Amino acid sequence: MANIKRSPWLLHYDGSSCNGCDIEVLACLTPVYDAERFGVMNTGDPMQADILLITGGINSQNEATVKQLYDQMPRPKVVVAVGVCACTGGVFKDCYNILGGADTVIPVDIYVPGCAARPQAIIDGIVQAVDLFQKRSDEHDALVKEKKRKAKEGAARG
Amino acid sequence: MQQLGKTSVIPFGPQHPVLPEPIHLDLVVEDERVVEALPSIGFIHRGLESLTDKRDFNQMCYVAERTCGICSFQHGMGYCEAVEHIFGVETPDRAKYLRTIWSELGRMHSHLLWLGLLADAFGYENLFYQCWRIREKVLDMQELTTGGRLIFSVNKVGGVIKDIDVEKQKAILKAMDEVEEELSVIRKTFFEDYSVESRLKGIGILTAEQINALGAVGPFARASGVKADMRLLGYDAYPELDFEPITSEDGDCYARCYVRMLEVFQSIKLIRQAIAQIPEGELSVPVKGNPNGEYFMRVEQPRGEAFYYVKANGKPNLQRMRIRTPTFANVPALCEMLKNTEIADVGLLVVSIDPCISCTER
Repeated sequence: MANIKRSPWLLHYDGSSCNGCDIEVLACLTPVYDAERFGVMNTGDPMQADILLITGGINSQNEATVKQLYDQMPRPKVVVAVGVCACTGGVFKDCYNILGGADTVIPVDIYVPGCAARPQAIIDGIVQAVDLFQKRSDEHDALVKEKKRKAKEGAARG
Repeated sequence: MQQLGKTSVIPFGPQHPVLPEPIHLDLVVEDERVVEALPSIGFIHRGLESLTDKRDFNQMCYVAERTCGICSFQHGMGYCEAVEHIFGVETPDRAKYLRTIWSELGRMHSHLLWLGLLADAFGYENLFYQCWRIREKVLDMQELTTGGRLIFSVNKVGGVIKDIDVEKQKAILKAMDEVEEELSVIRKTFFEDYSVESRLKGIGILTAEQINALGAVGPFARASGVKADMRLLGYDAYPELDFEPITSEDGDCYARCYVRMLEVFQSIKLIRQAIAQIPEGELSVPVKGNPNGEYFMRVEQPRGEAFYYVKANGKPNLQRMRIRTPTFANVPALCEMLKNTEIADVGLLVVSIDPCISCTER
């Protein structure tokens, strides 16, 4: 956390949660817990989001929506599964309509346990996500730089 | 402006900035005016009623609690009371009072949450934060008394598993005083600010006849003058408490805000009464064997009437459990309300029924 250089934007999507974790995610963004002090900002637009907070398991109806949201986010991106349902399916694991945790359709980087996940745990997840996002952005920048250099060399050679 | 008379369909949701939860509406619009709204749901359907095959009736209590994270206590309570009626056991008086206190705390935090979301929907971000700041005091009391902020798991078939001792009762009363004082300040903004008034007054009007015909429940119905409150049926400690449902005649968004705001103050009063009158005694009665029979239980949740149908045939696993939740009953009225409104008001109107999609889809 020592040198945050970027301020990633958060997107929150409710998979098939019971609302408990959703409300806690929202509570995190309000001044009492104030996750925004780590430089993140809540957004409703996946095209502008860097970190996806997903709550609840995946069912057959929202599977496509979750995939689409993930694909719409620009690279690099980080996914945080909030709550035990998003991690594994939780108490609803045996329900006929639940396919499993969020990682059944999209790659998940950070798992936040709890039913419902406590704001402190969610903030910890967000802080880890900010760190990971920083790392991935640096890698991404290096890659782009390298590509540009190669293109320039290629152009110079003719 | 010239009316072009062209209809087009605008999808609203499932992921939308104004919605905390996914619901999808197809809005048929003529220019800026909504002609029809067609809902499609199922994004959060889990099928938890089917878990009766895999969990026994005691474990189902914890599944029922997770129908919804906001009114979780009352879901567990409604289920437990239905099973208790099948067993024919009477819960001890102290448990009834404890359930009433937790129910009212839940109602307070749910209504404060809604007031915040409404403020956000009409563009008052500061007011949203203020409502949620006050709500945290209620959550602190829930955590102090049960150990959980949202999902308590203090219900069991036969009573409750945790007590609220005198010290904790004092803490609750102190928190109630603080909430009352701070909410009185915010109340002025909701009811006296002219820009809030211009955004809420006269929007999305439903008459009592429409409400009755479409079967809407809860504060949504009470805002149109329908005196529908399941607490009047007299479960738990409600028959012994002084209580009269709050209604309004206007039936618009402003009236819905008015009813819910006053209900927070009413809940504070009910909690004070319940703490003053709470009797000493056991927390639960032992329940032996398996349930056999069926029962309907109706409880008043923050969003309105919810009913639980439980059918058992003497085996540990229930034969059927069915939950009908308040938002499910309110969706037809929502679609009626959206007709002939401006598209810019749709977000506000959807929020005004206090939708809980997790409940609706189970």
